[in-house]
Amino acid sequence: MSASFFVSKIIQQTQVTNTIFCMTVKCDLPLKPGQFFMVRGWDGFPLLSRPISIYDAGPNTVSFLYEVRGEGTKLLSKLQPGETVELNGPLGNGFEPAKMKGKVAVVTGGIGFAPMVYTVKQLEDCRVDFFCGFREQSYELEKVVPYVENIQVATDSGIEGHKGFITDLIKVKNYDVVLACGPEVMMKKLAKMCTEQQVPCYVSLERHMACGVGACLGCTCKTVKGAKCICKDGPVFLGEELNWDA
Amino acid sequence: MLETSIAAVPLKNPVITASGTFGFGHEFQPYFNLSRLGGISSKGLTLNERYGNEGERIYETKSGLINSIGLQNPGVDFFIHHELPFMKGLGTAVIANLGGGSMEEYLGGIEKLNATDVDIIELNISCPNVKHGGMAFGIQTETAYQVVKEVRRVCRKPLMVKLSPNAENIVQMAVRCEEAGADAISLVNTFKAMAIDIKTKKPVFKNVFAGLSGPAIKPIALRMVYEVAAAVSVDVVGMGGISCWQDAVEFILAGAKAVQVGTANFIRPNICLEIIDGIEAYMINEGIRSLEQIRGVAHTA
Repeated sequence: MSASFFVSKIIQQTQVTNTIFCMTVKCDLPLKPGQFFMVRGWDGFPLLSRPISIYDAGPNTVSFLYEVRGEGTKLLSKLQPGETVELNGPLGNGFEPAKMKGKVAVVTGGIGFAPMVYTVKQLEDCRVDFFCGFREQSYELEKVVPYVENIQVATDSGIEGHKGFITDLIKVKNYDVVLACGPEVMMKKLAKMCTEQQVPCYVSLERHMACGVGACLGCTCKTVKGAKCICKDGPVFLGEELNWDA
Repeated sequence: MLETSIAAVPLKNPVITASGTFGFGHEFQPYFNLSRLGGISSKGLTLNERYGNEGERIYETKSGLINSIGLQNPGVDFFIHHELPFMKGLGTAVIANLGGGSMEEYLGGIEKLNATDVDIIELNISCPNVKHGGMAFGIQTETAYQVVKEVRRVCRKPLMVKLSPNAENIVQMAVRCEEAGADAISLVNTFKAMAIDIKTKKPVFKNVFAGLSGPAIKPIALRMVYEVAAAVSVDVVGMGGISCWQDAVEFILAGAKAVQVGTANFIRPNICLEIIDGIEAYMINEGIRSLEQIRGVAHTA
C-alpha cells in the first residue's frame, strides 16, 4: 500500500461546529483506518502541509474531519467544492481492525474522534463500546451509531453526558482491546490502566510533522523498540511499548 | 546537457537532495524514480547511533522551518550495512554526510566510510543542534582548518566540507577549508535561530537555539554562495531555501556547480523532479548547451 502525491478535487465542505469542518475529496487509493494524509490547500504559505487523519472513505472519496487551529486549517476551511488540494498519502500504519475480535472499547478525546469513525466501521467482528470526550458538546455521533453497541459521552463543559474525563467512564478490564485517539494525557492514562489490566491498548499519536514520510525525524518518539517516527512507524502504537515519560 | 561533476565525481544533473531532508532515499521511493536525481546526501551520520534532541524538534515560521533534530541517526555501521546497498542501487551519486562531536569521532567515521563505495563524503562541521561538536567546528576558521586537515589525512574519498552560515567569516572559512584539502565546499547549513512560546514564555526548543531553513534563508544563502564561489577554486555546491527551479538557476549563476534541495522536499515530495525539469526547460529556452556556460556568470555581469 504505497503513498502517492497528487492533486485532488474537493467534492464537499461542511461546517460541523464553530471550529470543526468536514472536507470530502476525490481519492481512489486503498486506505487503512488510522492512516493520514499530508494535506495542502495553498501554494507557498504556510510552508508545511498539514497531517490530517482519514475520517471516512467512499468508493472514490476520502473525508477529513478537522479542527481549525491555525493558518493552515483556516485556509483549508475556506476552500469550496470544485477547488483542489494537494494530498500526500495515505501515510503511516493505521489500526488493524481485521485482527481484532470480541469486545472493543474505542476512546476518543476532542478531534481524536476523527480517525475512529472509519475505524469502527471496519470492526466488523467486534462488539464496540464508544467512549468520546468533547470540550463543549458532541458532534457527528450519528456516524458511529450504526456500528457500535453503546455510546458514552463526557464533556468538559458538562452540557452533555458526564462532566469530566472520558477515562472516568471506562472499565478497561471489560474489554479485549482498547483503541484510543485524543490528548496525550488521556492516552497515557488509558495506556496505564490497560497495562495494569493486561488489556492491549492501541493509541494514535499526534505531533507536528514536516515531511510525513519518516525523513525529517521531527516527530520521533521513544519506544521499547527504540526511536520511532510517529508519521511512518505510527501514528498507531501499542500503548505499553511507548515511553510515555520521555 | 544537465551533466555536471563535484570533486571529479560525475553527476547526471546538478540537483542533490540535502542531508537530513531525504532520509536515506527509500522514504521518497513511492513518489518518483530516484535515479533521476543528481545525487542524494544521506541523513547526517555519526560514528555511533544517536537519539537526537529531546523536546520540540520542529517549528514552522512564516516562510521557514526551525529544526532541532540533533543528528538522530543509526550510526555509520548501520548505514553501511542497511542503507548504503539500497542507495548504491539507485543509479545516482551517493554522498555520505558525516558529523561528529570530536576529532576521534570524525576520523572513526571516515575510516569506516573509506572502505565503502560511497561516492563523496560530505563533512558536516555545521550542525547547530549538537553541543560540543558539529557547528562548534564550523564557527572559527582555524578550528575548521584543523579538523579538515586531520580528516583529509585519513580520508580516501572525495571530501566535500559543508559550511555553516554562522561562521565568523564564511569566505575565509571556505578558503581555509580548501587549503586544508577539501575537494569541494557545500553551503549553507541552517541559520542559528530561535522561537519563544508566548504562553509558557520560554524558548520553544530545549537547546534554546535551533537551525532555520526554508525560503526565508535563500537570499542570504545565495549571497554567501556568490562570495565563496569567487574566492575558492574547488567546486561549490549551493543550498539554502531552494524551492523551485528558478532558485536553483540563481545558485548556478552565482557560481555553484550543483545545488542541494532540502526543506522543499517536505513540502512536495517530488519537488526535485520539477526542479530538474525546470532547469532543463530553461536551458532549452535560453539556448544554453551546458551548465558551464552559465555557471558563475552573474559575477561578470
